[in-house]
Formats: sequence, C-alpha cells, structure tokens
Amino acid sequence: MTLAEAPMQRERATTIYEKSKAGRRAAVLPGAEVPETPIEDLIPANLLRSEAPNLPEVAEPEIVRHYNRLSRRNFDLDSGFYPLGSCTMKHNPRLNERVAALPGHARLHPAQDPRRAQGALELMYLLQESLAEISGMPHVSLQPSAGSHGELAGLLLTRAFHADRGEVRTKVLAPDTSHGTNPASVTMAGYEVVKVATNQRGGVDMDDLRAKIAEDPSQIACLMLTNPNTLGLFDENIEEIAALIHEAGGTLYYDGANLNAILGRTRPGDMGFDIVHLNLHKSFSQPHGGGGPGAGPIAVSERIEPFLPRPQVVRRESSGGRDPSFDLDFDRPKSIGRLRGFQGNFGVFVRSYAYILSLGADGLVDASETAVLNANYLKARLAAGRAGERLPVAFDRHCMHEFVLSGRPMKNELGLATLDLAKRLLDFGFHPPTVYFPLLVDEALMVEPTETETKESLDAFADAVEEILAEAETDPDLAKNAPYSTPVRRLDEVRATRKPVVRQQLAD
Amino acid sequence: MLAAIGVASTEELFEQIPGPLRLGRPLDLPAGMTEAEVYERLAALAARNADAEEQVTFLGAGMYDHYVPAIVEAITSRSEFLTPYTPYQPEISQGGLQVMFEFQTAMSELTGLPVSNAGLYEGPSSVASAGYLAMGATKRRKFVVSRGVHPHSRETLATYSVGYGAEVVEVGLEGGVTDAAALAAAVDGETAAVILQSPNFLGAVEDVEALGAAAKEHGSLLVVACDPMTLGILRSPGECGADIALGEGQPLGNRLDFGGPSFGFFCATEAQIRRMPGRIAGETEDVDGRRGFVLALQTREQHIRREKATNNICTAQALNALGAMVHLAWLGREGFRELGELLVRRTAYARERLAAVDGIELLHEAPVVREFAVRLDAPVDRVLDRVAERGIAAGYALGREYPEYDDALLVAITERRTREQIDALADALAAAVAAERGEKPSHGDGKSPQAASERVIA
Repeated sequence: MTLAEAPMQRERATTIYEKSKAGRRAAVLPGAEVPETPIEDLIPANLLRSEAPNLPEVAEPEIVRHYNRLSRRNFDLDSGFYPLGSCTMKHNPRLNERVAALPGHARLHPAQDPRRAQGALELMYLLQESLAEISGMPHVSLQPSAGSHGELAGLLLTRAFHADRGEVRTKVLAPDTSHGTNPASVTMAGYEVVKVATNQRGGVDMDDLRAKIAEDPSQIACLMLTNPNTLGLFDENIEEIAALIHEAGGTLYYDGANLNAILGRTRPGDMGFDIVHLNLHKSFSQPHGGGGPGAGPIAVSERIEPFLPRPQVVRRESSGGRDPSFDLDFDRPKSIGRLRGFQGNFGVFVRSYAYILSLGADGLVDASETAVLNANYLKARLAAGRAGERLPVAFDRHCMHEFVLSGRPMKNELGLATLDLAKRLLDFGFHPPTVYFPLLVDEALMVEPTETETKESLDAFADAVEEILAEAETDPDLAKNAPYSTPVRRLDEVRATRKPVVRQQLAD
Repeated sequence: MLAAIGVASTEELFEQIPGPLRLGRPLDLPAGMTEAEVYERLAALAARNADAEEQVTFLGAGMYDHYVPAIVEAITSRSEFLTPYTPYQPEISQGGLQVMFEFQTAMSELTGLPVSNAGLYEGPSSVASAGYLAMGATKRRKFVVSRGVHPHSRETLATYSVGYGAEVVEVGLEGGVTDAAALAAAVDGETAAVILQSPNFLGAVEDVEALGAAAKEHGSLLVVACDPMTLGILRSPGECGADIALGEGQPLGNRLDFGGPSFGFFCATEAQIRRMPGRIAGETEDVDGRRGFVLALQTREQHIRREKATNNICTAQALNALGAMVHLAWLGREGFRELGELLVRRTAYARERLAAVDGIELLHEAPVVREFAVRLDAPVDRVLDRVAERGIAAGYALGREYPEYDDALLVAITERRTREQIDALADALAAAVAAERGEKPSHGDGKSPQAASERVIA
C-alpha cells in the first residue's frame, strides 16, 4: 500500500464551539469615544435582543490552531493531483492573490462614485474586452456570480429576447450529458427541459434533435450545450446544430465549463452561439476556495445585447484629447435587470485579468494545448494497462481536455464499483476524478488533468490506478473498505439526509 | 507523450474541431507579461481608485468598511482552504465540511432560526432564492415587498420573478419604516411571501413581529433580510416570527472588494429544510464510529435532482463563509455584542452631530443601529463632491433608487469611524451645504444643536 507521504491529521473532530470557555476572547475593540447612552434609550426595548447570540469564546492563538488543524483535514490542489472532471483544477498563481489584495481593490467601496473608481471600472472593461475576444462574442456582462448564475442569466435573456419579438416559448433542449445545473436553471427560469439523446460518437443525436424540434419548433426557446461536452468530445455537428436551432427561432447557449479545451483554437461565437458563460474559477485560475467564490460572466451576440443585465460597464470617449473614462450604464431600457448586488465578484475579476495578462495570447493557447495533450496522454497510459479492459474509455476517440471512463467491466469482473476505486485513490494521495457523471455512462469516471500537471504526475496517477486494479484481482475487499489513511473513513451519508444534524446543539 | 497517444503532433488532437470553426489566427490580446510587469500594471489601475485607505468612507448601503482581523486573511489564504473545490469526497474534505457546520451553527444562533445553509452568492440573489423557495412551499405566486428592502434585492427579485413567473407588489414607507396598514392591505391568500428588511435600507429598525402578523394571518412565509452586524443587538428574526432570515454577509470577515466576492447567508425554520437552496453540511459517523461531516440533503441539489432541484446554485462562496466564521470566532460572544453597542452609540452620535448642522435634517426619526438618512438643503451630488475634496466619502445618495428622497444621503458607521472622523464629516457637510446655499437665498431654520439632539433621542 502506498500511502500519502504525510498522513492527514486524524484526531477526533472538535468544533470551535467545543473549545469555547466563558470569558475568553480574541478581539479588543476601540472605546466608544462618544456618550455611553444606555442602548435601551436609543432603541425601544421590544426591538432589542434579550441575550447575545451564542458565539464561541476562544482566544486568538486557539482560533488559529483550530483552523490550522482543520486545514490539515483537507486535500487541496497545492498538495496534489486533482483531476476532477469539468472543474478545471488548474494552478492558482499567488500573484493574483497579491494584486487582488491591494487596498485600491480590496478596500474600494462598491458604491464609490465611478469618477473615483476609474481603475476598477477600466479593469472590468478590459476584462470584458478580453473575454469578448476569447469567446468570439461582441458583448460581455461580468455580473453573474458563478456558472449556474450565468445559465439563469442566459435563460432570462432568451425569455426577454423572445418577449421583445412578441413570442412566448416554453421548452429548453439540453443533452442527456449536460451538467446538472443546466436543467435546474431551466426550471428556475420557468421553462420545461427537453432531453436530447447522445449518438454513438458521443455527440448530440441529430435525429433525436430534429425530432424534438419538429414536435413544435415555435416552442423551442433555447438549446444549452457544452462543447467540448461532458464526455470531453468536440461535437463536430455544431454548425448544423446551430442552424437547426436558429431556424426554429431559438437561442443557442454555451455552457463554458469546458472552455479550457479550446482557448485560442475555436470560439463559441464562431460556432454560432448566442450566449456563453465563462467560469473564471475554471479556465481563468480563480482559486476554487472549497466551493467558491467564482464568477460566471456572460458573453452575447448583437441580438442579445440590448437585454444584458444592468448596470453595464462602458467606456465613454472624451473630447479635447482627454483620456476616455469608464462608467456604469444604468440606462438600459430593455435590460433584464439586476442579477445580484452591486457590480459582480470584482475580486475574482482582478485575479482572472491578472491571469490573462500573465499568459497573453500565446500562453492561453499553450495552456489549452497542454491540457488536451495531458488528457490524451493519461487516457492512452490508462488504456495501455489493466484499465484498458477494466475501465474502458466510454467513447474511444481523441478527447479534448477531459475523458470519461466506464467502471462497468471493473464492477462486473472484480466486484469493484467506481466509488471503491475513487475511495482507494485517496489512500494513494490523489483526489479522485468526478464520479457517476455524466449519467449516460455506467459507473462513470470523468478525468480532467489540466495543463498544470507534469508527465510524472500523470504517470503516477496511471500507476496508482494500475496498482489498485491489480490488488483487486487478489483482494477486492481492500478497495471496497478504503480509504484507510484519511482523517475519517467512509461516512454514513444516508443518515445525514434522513436525520440531518445541520448545526451544533449548544448548552447555553 | 505523443508516441503514447499515437499522434505525430498535438495538432492532430484538435482535428476534431471542424476546419471552418478554427480561429486560424492568434488571439487579439497582448503578449504574456512577467509577474513583476503584471503587478505593476494592476497596481497602476488600483492606484486610480479612491479606496478606504485614501478616503474616510461613510458609504454603506449593504457593504461596510469594518476592520477585518489579520487572522482572517492568514487562514483563508492557506492552500488547504483556498485551492480545493466542493467537498464531494468527504473523507479528504473534513476541514472544509466542519467549517461549514460551524458556520451554520453560528448563523443559526445569529438569526434565531434552526437551519442554515453554508452560504449563497450574496444578499440580493438570496432574496430571489427565498422567493423561489416560498413559491414552492406555498404554491402561490405573489410577493409583497417593503420598499425598505435593499433596491438591489428588489430589482434582483423582480428579474428572477419574470423567469419563475411571480408577481412583485411593493409597499411604501412611512416615517422611515414600512407602512403597516398598506402592508396588511397588500397581503392576501395569494401571497407566497412577505419580504422585509431590518434595519431597512434607510437604516431604520422595523418592528418585524408586528409587520409579520399579516403574513401569519394569510399563511404566507415571512422573509426577513438583515445585516448580520446588527444581530448582537436586535431581536433575532427567528424570535420575531420569520420563516426565512437572510442577508448580505460582507460585514462578517469580508473585504469591500468593490462589491464582491462576499456571501449571502440563508436560515430557515425546520419546516423548510428540504427546500433550502445551496450546500448544507451535516454531522454523521464513519464506519469506525468516528465523528465526521458530509454534504447533507444532497437530494435537494442540482447535481442529483437536475430539473427537480430546489435551486440551481452550485459553486457558491465557501471561502467567504470561512472568513465570516473566523471573524465571528475572533469577535466572540461578548465582542460581537460590544461591537453592536459601539455601532449604536457612534451612530447615534453621528446622527445627532449631522442633524445639528444648518441645512441638514433627518429623513426619518425611527431607531437605527449603524446607518441613517439625512436630507440636505443643497444638491446632494454637489455636496458629495465638495466633501470628497476633504478626503471624505460622505455617504450614499438615495436619489437614483428613491426619487422621492433625491435630496437625501445615507450615512454608515463602522467601528473604524472615529469620533474625530465623524466630527470632520459634520464640519465638511456643514461647509459644503453652506457653500451651496451661498449661491442661492438661504433658508436656515436657525435650529439649535440642542433641539436637534432632542429630536434624535425622541
């Protein structure tokens, strides 16, 4: 058994509340400096709290130790290979953290007068321009907070676009391989999802698409597509798909989760898409933060532009040889309105703009090329070993930045489920791939190595998979009971849903 | 590597992209830059912003210039918190999952409601998510919303409502707080939710319990947006009868960042636990009986339920919620209450000082915690410019979002705003208003500081 070099911290979990002792504290607050009028004289008693909320009482050194200990119970990208499919776990340059923390960014109030926030607005404008070029779309709104928020924005834009033409459409098409957020966004935007099948080559089943459109073309509002799709395959029929949707009067939506495969190679705008979201926390190196923050800017075609969220960052030309200025444009009568507070996740914009500046035109293309090379190499390495039989690739073609394996033979022949393999990989010091997605592939494993990884780390991962499959031939229980080296072992997730304990019960 | 793949060049791997769709030219972006060059470039942009180190800021309107203790940055910048993703593999994500559990406990304590999620994007979209929940819970399609709710929240709710097919009815303000009679008249058997904010956008503390009676009477959910920094002082939304309490989390452990990333918090009654949006951590045990945490109630979520999910949210704001938890632990039970008291007292002082200025009067006299509104007898934008020349951002002009208050300014106080700075603000405003009035006939009411302070206390 190869265990991770430094076993993760395994002591019993103790919460910050359990470290609390009455009277301890960290904060020293400034004095009032003003008359210490009793609070009851300033706010009526019936609006006041009778007792302070129960927060932990812990001194600063113990707070720091507590969260440092907790941090050591996390696996992270800076510690090792993290091939989580569709998540693009690429390196997070620390320069980006440094520039985001500059007071001119970090302590800038969002309601600052635009004339006194010219640097921030110019940065947003430049990022908009960069994302427009990368996506091949003329207009960008940075407002959506994450990918799924961008999807909702795209669907609301679609609704507004059709409403403006006096049309009401009810159906949104999405392939059966789509990310779960796609159908969830469709429902939230008040549409009905219509699933489109996948063909033998892993692309959209054109006959099924034609049939679903033919049922009633006037009801087709939109097709949501990821390209390359969640199988890591580029849909070669994209031009025809775009033509079919446009002919029916629908919009074509691009889920940008997989954009890292095609930077500078091809662009959603050139494929015929109307609306694109880009995940700045995937392709553009914003750290994933354990589940955010991210940002999900949308890029749109000319016909969608009038409906973009408000406010929009604009550049205003000046007369008399003075520099142009940047502003927030609220005067957008056809806008769908706001999707959130203020201007968006500006701190994320700073990091992603720094990333784009660092890589430049060539660097972005190199990043994609290396990501695709890495994925194909790892796919080939796995196929050459035991995985070739036990974990065959679901659609055997060159992939883009990720690929999907099926654990069905492994399950049938070795009794090992995809989950068991994933859990055993933890003992080898790897984050497992995305598992059981896309739903179309039985016992799926979705592997996305990104451009960050060296050949050595790809080889080490392939070796680990090989070793797990080999050991399973003699001792399948080893994987079935894995992991062994982690802070906790397999957890009872059913109980956490049936009888959820979602907060600590505190003795007062 | 190419040999292992069986291709001669990486170009072959891209052949699956049809020829006509290939870009065939370099991206029209600058060439790459060194780390030092990028730093200089972005530092130059940052230098063109008047931030809160350069200006003394009294801007608030939902985001506040609190002091974020150094340990927040030290902990949130650790790789182990900064660089993983959503804890889908709980065995190697116990740190993040436990943070979520602790955060949920703390937010539940603050709001007085038993169930908290681990955070949403930010405040306004959390209001829209509450609306979606309320529609599902009541099978009704109307929201009655106070005009005291943050304009960004109301606008976001309206944007979402066009999608999920709901009607938004707004109720006006009277004396700075929600018009109770108008609210009661607007709520009926079709109302999915009554949505209030306290303190409201004008800083006024609402009598949530009294206003909420209309929701209870008609079986509508009572949704209360709140400022977490006021919850050490104010009666909790849960105690006032709220079904959902939510809000903008920025004041807790998050930077201003020109508006984001921050986080939204979202708490509810037990009855709503299976309709909650967003991630929720739950406590459980592993096969050896060791205590552990997992993502609970995943059957609500998009990655399992797809079109039947209770919300579409996936990536949220985990790192920002960690910042909040560390800040709350740093303040602690006593510190959190003390900070609330400090805000109330300094705000009362500032309100009194400003109200005593010739040409300034209070927009409302309702009780406030940390923000208040004043009317200026001079054009607000010109006064703001004059005060800015003294290095002060005097506040938020209400005119854009409240045309009826186009002469009004919203002033926010944090523990960073000293008495000296508040005095400087009062002096700067006095000078600016006087200068503006000097250009037209003066209508000074000759009021005395004493009279003004009596009004505030009353």
